[in-house]
Amino acid sequence: MDNLFGYQTGQTVFHRLTGSAKLIIFLLLTISGVLSFDIRYLLLLTVIALLGLWQAQISWQQIRVIVILTVIFALLNLILIYVFAPQYGVHLFGSQHFILSSGPYALTQEQLLYEAMVLLKYLFSLPLALIFLFTTNPSQFSAGLNRIGVPYSVAYAVTITLRYIPNTQRQFFMIKKVQEARGYNISKKSSWTQKITGVVRILTTLIFSTLDQIDEVTQAMELRRFGKGKKRSWYYEQSFGKLDAIALILALGFLVLGIGLMMINHSRYWNPFS
Amino acid sequence: MMVAAALEFKGVTFKYDVQQNSTLENISLTIPKGSRTLIVGPSGSGKSTLAALLNGVIPNSEPGEVQGEIYIDGHLSNKDSIFDRSLKIGTVLQNPDTQFVGMTVAEDIAFVLENDNDSHDQLVTKVKEWAQRLRLEELLDLAPQVLSGGQKQRVAMAGVLAGDSPILLFDEPLASLDSASGQAMLTLLDELQAELGLTVVIIEHRVEDVLRHTVDQVVVLQEGEVAYQGSAAELLKRSILPDYGLANPKYIQSLQDLGYPLDELEQIDDVQKVTGPNLKNYLERDLARQMSQSVETTSPILTIKDLSYQYQNHTVFSNINFTLHQGEWLSLVGSNGAGKSTLSRLLAGFLPMQTGEIRLNQEPEVDLSQVTLKERADYIGYVAQNPVEMLIETTVFGEVAAGLRLRGVDDNKITAEVQEYLKWANLYEIRNWPVNVLSFGQKKRLSILSVAILQPKILILDEPTAGQDYQHAQQLMTLLQKLNQSGMTIVMVTHDVNIMQEWTSRVLAFHQGRLIADTTPGELLANQELVALAELCQPTDYILAQRLGVTVGKGGKRG
Repeated sequence: MDNLFGYQTGQTVFHRLTGSAKLIIFLLLTISGVLSFDIRYLLLLTVIALLGLWQAQISWQQIRVIVILTVIFALLNLILIYVFAPQYGVHLFGSQHFILSSGPYALTQEQLLYEAMVLLKYLFSLPLALIFLFTTNPSQFSAGLNRIGVPYSVAYAVTITLRYIPNTQRQFFMIKKVQEARGYNISKKSSWTQKITGVVRILTTLIFSTLDQIDEVTQAMELRRFGKGKKRSWYYEQSFGKLDAIALILALGFLVLGIGLMMINHSRYWNPFS
Repeated sequence: MMVAAALEFKGVTFKYDVQQNSTLENISLTIPKGSRTLIVGPSGSGKSTLAALLNGVIPNSEPGEVQGEIYIDGHLSNKDSIFDRSLKIGTVLQNPDTQFVGMTVAEDIAFVLENDNDSHDQLVTKVKEWAQRLRLEELLDLAPQVLSGGQKQRVAMAGVLAGDSPILLFDEPLASLDSASGQAMLTLLDELQAELGLTVVIIEHRVEDVLRHTVDQVVVLQEGEVAYQGSAAELLKRSILPDYGLANPKYIQSLQDLGYPLDELEQIDDVQKVTGPNLKNYLERDLARQMSQSVETTSPILTIKDLSYQYQNHTVFSNINFTLHQGEWLSLVGSNGAGKSTLSRLLAGFLPMQTGEIRLNQEPEVDLSQVTLKERADYIGYVAQNPVEMLIETTVFGEVAAGLRLRGVDDNKITAEVQEYLKWANLYEIRNWPVNVLSFGQKKRLSILSVAILQPKILILDEPTAGQDYQHAQQLMTLLQKLNQSGMTIVMVTHDVNIMQEWTSRVLAFHQGRLIADTTPGELLANQELVALAELCQPTDYILAQRLGVTVGKGGKRG
C-alpha cells in the first residue's frame, strides 16, 4: 500500500500555482482539446500535457494503474468505433482514401485520422487531470473555489472528499486482506466472477463504514462552528501571483490559437484531404 | 455575591425520539467554574448522551425531548444552537482521527478560527500561539494522520482550545492513547487548566489514569441516573466503582485483595501520598504470593529471524528475533509507531516480506512464503483493531461460519462449532441478529470469532481492548482465555499495562523499531528504564510498592 493516489507535496511549477488558477487552466485546455478536431493542435496539446506530467515529477508507480486502465479503455473505444462506424471518417471528411481492401470494413486514411484524434483526446486529458490532482493541495483548491464564488460548504466538501481518498484506500486494503485470509478469493489467482463478487462485498462494507464516518465528521465540524456564519476565512488562502497570471495568459493564448485554427479551417475539423 | 456555576443541570430528563424510555432521568449536577469533573459509568449508562446534551449535539442533530433546565454560565441554555454552545463549551472527541478536517496540523488548529471568519493575519498568529502552547511548532506542516497518538491528541486539543471556549469537554480522551501519552496529555491539561482558568469535564472509563491527576468531583452514572456525586477519596474509600461494573485503581484493588481496610488509608486518592498503618507489611506479603507463580515452557511454534521492514525508505523495524511457543499468551508493547502493528501485519501475511525469515516449526514444514493468504490463515489469524473492517456478512452466525463454509466444511460440523464459539463469546443468544445492530464490544468479539473459528495455531490481535469499558474488556479477555486454553497461541498488541499484567505471561517491548525486551510483564514493569522506553506507565500498585521501598519484579511470573 505504498502508492496512495492524490495530492503529493512538491516544489515544481505546478505546485506553486494557486489552486484556482490551475482549475481554470485545466478547464480551458480541456475545453480547447475537446472542441478541436485539428490533429496538429491536438498533437501540440498532447506534447504539452506530457511534458507537464514529466515536469510535475509524478512517479510512474503512483499513476501506473490509472494509466493502464485508461489506455485499455481508450483502445476498446477505438475498436468499438471501428466496429460500429468503420466509415465515420469518410463521412466526416467527405473523401475516401483506401489503405486496405474495400467494402464496408475497408480501412481508410480518413478513419485512421479520426481514430488518431480520439486517441489523442485521451492522451492529453489524462495527464492534465493527473497533474491537477497530484499537485493541488485540496485546501488551497477549496479556498480558491470559494474565492471565485462557490459557496464555502460546497468548496469544503471537495477538500474533505480529497482528504478521505487515502483513508478509504487504506481501509479497502485492510478489508481486502482480511477477507482474503478468511477465504474469499480476491487475489490474482482467482477467476473474474470471484473477483467481482469479492470486490462488491468489500465495497458495500466500505460504503457503510464511510457513511458512519461522514456522520461523525459532520458532527465534529459543527462542534467547531462550521456553518456558523455566511462567510469563513481560509488558512491556506493564496493570492494570485505573477506565475498565475503568466500561466493563465498562456492557457488563454492556447484557447485563442484553437479558435483561430477553427476560423481558418471554417470548421472544428482540419481536413488534410481536401 | 454568588458566583454562577459553569454548568448546572436541574432535574434534566432526556428521551430520544426513537426510543421508548428516557436515556437520562432527573439529572441534577453542579459544576463550579475552574473545577475538574470526571464522569464515569458503564457502557449504556448515558455518559455519551450527557456529553451530547452539554455540547448541543442534542437536540441539534439528534432529536429528542429535553425536560428540566440546563444552565451554562448562569444562562438557561436549553434552546441554544450548537454554535452558541460551542462558544461556551469546546468538545475534544474520542477519536482524534474523526475530528481532523485540515490537511495539515496548522490548518486543523485554524479550523474553528476560519469558521469565525478571522482575518488571515489573525489565523496565522493564533495558530502559532496555540502550536507553541501545545508543543506542536515542529509539526505544523505535517498531515495530522501521520502523527503519533499523543501528538494527535495535542492537535485535537489545540483545535478546540483555539476556539476560546471557557469550558472543555473531553469525550474519552485516553481511549486511543498509550498510557504514557495519556499521562503526558493529562499533565499538559493540568498546566493549561491552571493557566487559562478552564472548567474541565472528562468522560472516561480509564478512571485510574484520570485519578492520577487532581479531580475535584466524580460523577458515576448508572442507567441514566446519577448514582454517585462527590470526591474521589470518598469514591475509593467506599469502593463504589466495582458496584457499577467499573474497576478500582490497581493499587486499591491490590490492597483490597490483601484484605487491607480501605477506610484506614489517608489521602487514598493519590498514589504518591497514600499512607496507612502497616501498609508496607501487607504489600510484601502480596509480592511473595506473586513470585510463587511460574509458567512452564512448551515447544517452539514460530521462529522469527532477523526480520526487518522498510516503508518509503524509512525503517519501521530492523533485526527482530524471537520465538513463539505453543499455548503462550504474549503482549507486544511500545509507543505508537514503534513497529508493533506493522510486525503483526507482516506476520499475518498482509504485507510483503522484505528481509528476514518467519518459519513455522512443524512437520512437515510449511513454507509461509509459498501459501495463499487463505492457507496462511489456518496457521496465523489476524484480528484488526477496527471490527468494521472485518465484518461483511449479514448475520452473527453467518459471520462466524463464513471462514468454514469457504473451506468446504460439512454443514452439521459448522453449526456445532460455530454455536460453541458463540457461547464462549456470549453471542449465542443473538446469533440470528443482523451484524450492524451490535454494540462495539459485541462486534469486536464477533470479529475475533470470525478468525478464531479457523483454529489458527497463532492468533494476533491489534489492540483488542481499545475503546472498551472495563466490563467489555473483561468479557473479551475471558473469550481470549478460552481460546488460549484450547491451545491457541495468542499475541496481542496492547497499550494497557493492567491487561498486560493481568492476562499475559510474556511481553515483547519495542522502541523505535527495535525489540528492547523479551521478558515477563512483572519484570518489564519493575524496570523503570524499559517502562519509559516502551512508553508505558508503571501500574499504580508498582508505584505504591516502590514508594514504600518494597522491591518488586525479581523473579517474575516465568521464573
